[in-house]
Amino acid sequence: MADYEIPKLTGEGYTEVPAVKEDTMKGSGPFIAKADFQKAMGFPTDFDAVGDLVPNWKERALEKMADLKSRYRSLQVYLDICVKCGACTDKCHYFIGTSDAKNMPVARQDLLRKVYRRYFTFAGKYFPKLVGATDLTEEVIKDWYNYYHQCSQCRRCSVFCPYGIDTAEISMAAREILDHIGYGSKYNNEIIGKVFKIGNNLGLPGMALADTLEGLEEDVEMDTGIKVRYPLDEEGSEILLVTPSADFFAEPHIDGLIGYGKVFHETGVTWTFSSHASEAANFGMFIGSYENMRRVSMRIREAAIKLKVKRIVFGECGHAWRVAYSFLNTLAGPFDFLDQRYPIPQHILEYTVGELEKGSLTIDKSENDDKVLTFHDSCNVARGSRMGNYPGGQFEIPRKVIKAVCNHFVDMPADTIHDATFCCGGGGGLLTDDLMELRVKGIQPRAEALKHVTTHYGVTHMAAICAICKSQFTKVLPYYGFTMDQIVSVHQLVSNAIILQRQVSVQARPDEDEDDDD
Amino acid sequence: MTFVSILYGLLFWAATLILVVGVGMKIRQYWNTPAPLKIPTTPAPVTQGGVVWRMFREVVFFESLFRSNKILWLFAFLFHMSLWLVLIRHSRYFVGMNDLLVFMQPFGRYAGITMVLGLAGLWARRFLVDRVRYISAPSDHLMLALLIGIGMSGLMMSFVSHTDVTQVKAFFGGMLTFGFFGAEGGLPADPIVLVHLLLVAVLMIIFPISKLLHAPGVFFSPTRNQVDNPREKRHVSPWALELERQGKTFLSELNK
Ligand code: HEM
Ligand code: SF4
Ligand code: SF4
Repeated sequence: MADYEIPKLTGEGYTEVPAVKEDTMKGSGPFIAKADFQKAMGFPTDFDAVGDLVPNWKERALEKMADLKSRYRSLQVYLDICVKCGACTDKCHYFIGTSDAKNMPVARQDLLRKVYRRYFTFAGKYFPKLVGATDLTEEVIKDWYNYYHQCSQCRRCSVFCPYGIDTAEISMAAREILDHIGYGSKYNNEIIGKVFKIGNNLGLPGMALADTLEGLEEDVEMDTGIKVRYPLDEEGSEILLVTPSADFFAEPHIDGLIGYGKVFHETGVTWTFSSHASEAANFGMFIGSYENMRRVSMRIREAAIKLKVKRIVFGECGHAWRVAYSFLNTLAGPFDFLDQRYPIPQHILEYTVGELEKGSLTIDKSENDDKVLTFHDSCNVARGSRMGNYPGGQFEIPRKVIKAVCNHFVDMPADTIHDATFCCGGGGGLLTDDLMELRVKGIQPRAEALKHVTTHYGVTHMAAICAICKSQFTKVLPYYGFTMDQIVSVHQLVSNAIILQRQVSVQARPDEDEDDDD
Repeated sequence: MTFVSILYGLLFWAATLILVVGVGMKIRQYWNTPAPLKIPTTPAPVTQGGVVWRMFREVVFFESLFRSNKILWLFAFLFHMSLWLVLIRHSRYFVGMNDLLVFMQPFGRYAGITMVLGLAGLWARRFLVDRVRYISAPSDHLMLALLIGIGMSGLMMSFVSHTDVTQVKAFFGGMLTFGFFGAEGGLPADPIVLVHLLLVAVLMIIFPISKLLHAPGVFFSPTRNQVDNPREKRHVSPWALELERQGKTFLSELNK
């Protein structure tokens, strides 16, 4: 299956911290973006061929570093204050999975820090050897490109660092520098380009989206006998739902999307997707580009204004929720034109848990009795955002919803959940086939924890609330002997258990009511 | 003795200036650098008061470090808490004695021992744990050697060969008036005190240009000092606001 060794799972629930090895993951990194992609994002394109650096790359890289550290306090402070205590060294799933020294969070930071020290600090300028400062060479750039694309920006290291040093901030900055010297990542930048051009990561145009949704309505009707609506661009709806585009076709994402629709249907609220903002994901964050992240976010604002909605709700997606919860108000606010009685934006789980608590959904838990569930906390939800109005709501609310619709639930070991959760191994803009080895190795701690609960507690399924996690799990967990269908969306479970009471959607199309034959 | 005393007097003047101005400049830089996005590591406090409490737990108890690694926490806590006790004890050289200081003296004295023990533990990790060995630069070793040097020379004076404390106090008491130029305000002619003071001066000088910046820096760490309220309160940095004001997409398009 692969030309590298797939780690063996023990089922003990934890992974041994490996002995440090050097260069086990040395390489050229993911594919590099062509000039076209770079241009669409406002990055320089004056490199000759893919893989070449721009002229004066060294000066331009240092200039960008100076610029970024003057605009991001996180970067400036974190480059200065790390004491090399090593508390973070065993916390990264990529280090655990690969044993490559440069995948220890502090070592990953040091790739940038050693250059910062050399050019921007007294000690590094005059005593480089003493403080481990080095010149910026092409070799260093290659290491940056390679190892900053072995960080999923999951922030697990930040939880355990005594100063909260967040390696994600460093890799975002590094990627932003690389984008300015001709080393953009093809996967990320191509996708962002599609959002600008078409409206979503998949490049699914409005017409195709309308067809997909219509097909979906037919499927749900076949299944339940009720015409649940999945509306697109319906002006004047109460809610704009923004969801990762994978929800429109990938498995098990789409089963979750069906669930969102059923919840809205039952609660009698009017809602709509937007073809202009048919994407919740915002890869601008992964590449550390404030400007591009803002551009993507603005589409949501524009769609909300155009469709005259009163509320914005986000579907299940990890980093999308971080951008939505933590950054949307900053990037595309103020949202004074929306209904201020509701959180702006709101997570679909916040919506659903509210309705469950109100009792407006009829639930038959036994519909999920064929499963014993566990739940994977997505990094960006767990450590980069919140749900509900109290700290930690992001852990409780999804579990509350699962327990409200399923009879059997078991958590994975405590040091692999909540804010200590392990990344799925494919976040942060790494969900690409050119990084398969990394993804297989990076999933190890999560796979180990899952193995533990499947072996000892009879867990059969793992629920997730992130499009990237779901895609990564369904593709990579099979390397460890799990099957694709063991991964489910949380709203898929809701969808299974919900007994629809409302016969006609509040958004039923009048012209269709006649030829409905039920 | 006067030549050495004058040298040390000037050295401490310089070291103090470097420490105060250097750290002051760094703090100013951190203060003036915007944090454009809300990035607290969640779950995070939702009120300013909660943030103060979180920071307090980090600074006083090293809460995150405790979660992370118990052995490291033990040595780190031992060293830092001892350091504070020792520093409090040392204030007798600069201010008049008061009840609190008298009470603290014995604690400060034994804290010297625990401080060196803590440092020894921290240094041992740099050799014994392969991950920590990999990330250690020579400066990381030297920093610990320097602190152990300060601690050991101090303990020597405290427990083995006492130095003339009143004389030392007179020296520092006369710093502001340059008393060390005179015959009265000099240092005792004792090699251990000279070594101790030299190392302390070195520590003060490197403080603003080394990782010791973690002490002021931790208070500026956005993942720890931000309130988790992005939905309730709009947070925008001045440079991002400028994009909005001028209706531009890229910073490079802004007119100054
Ligand atoms: C607000 C005050 C301070 C806080 C919260 C703080 C906290 C910490 C923490 C959590 C560590 C990591 C654990 C460790 O390696 O010990 C550390 C390391 C260190 N601190 Fe501090 N510290 C403070 C002030 C100081 C001061 C004033 C000094 C100066 C002399 C100092 C010297 C060191 C050294 C040398 C290390 C590295 C130890 C090693 O190499 O392993 N700290 N500090
Ligand atoms: S835990 Fe923080 S301070 Fe310690 S080595 Fe890692 S990044 Fe540096
Ligand atoms: S952010 Fe996550 S992936 Fe990146 S270094 Fe830290 S623990 Fe590893």
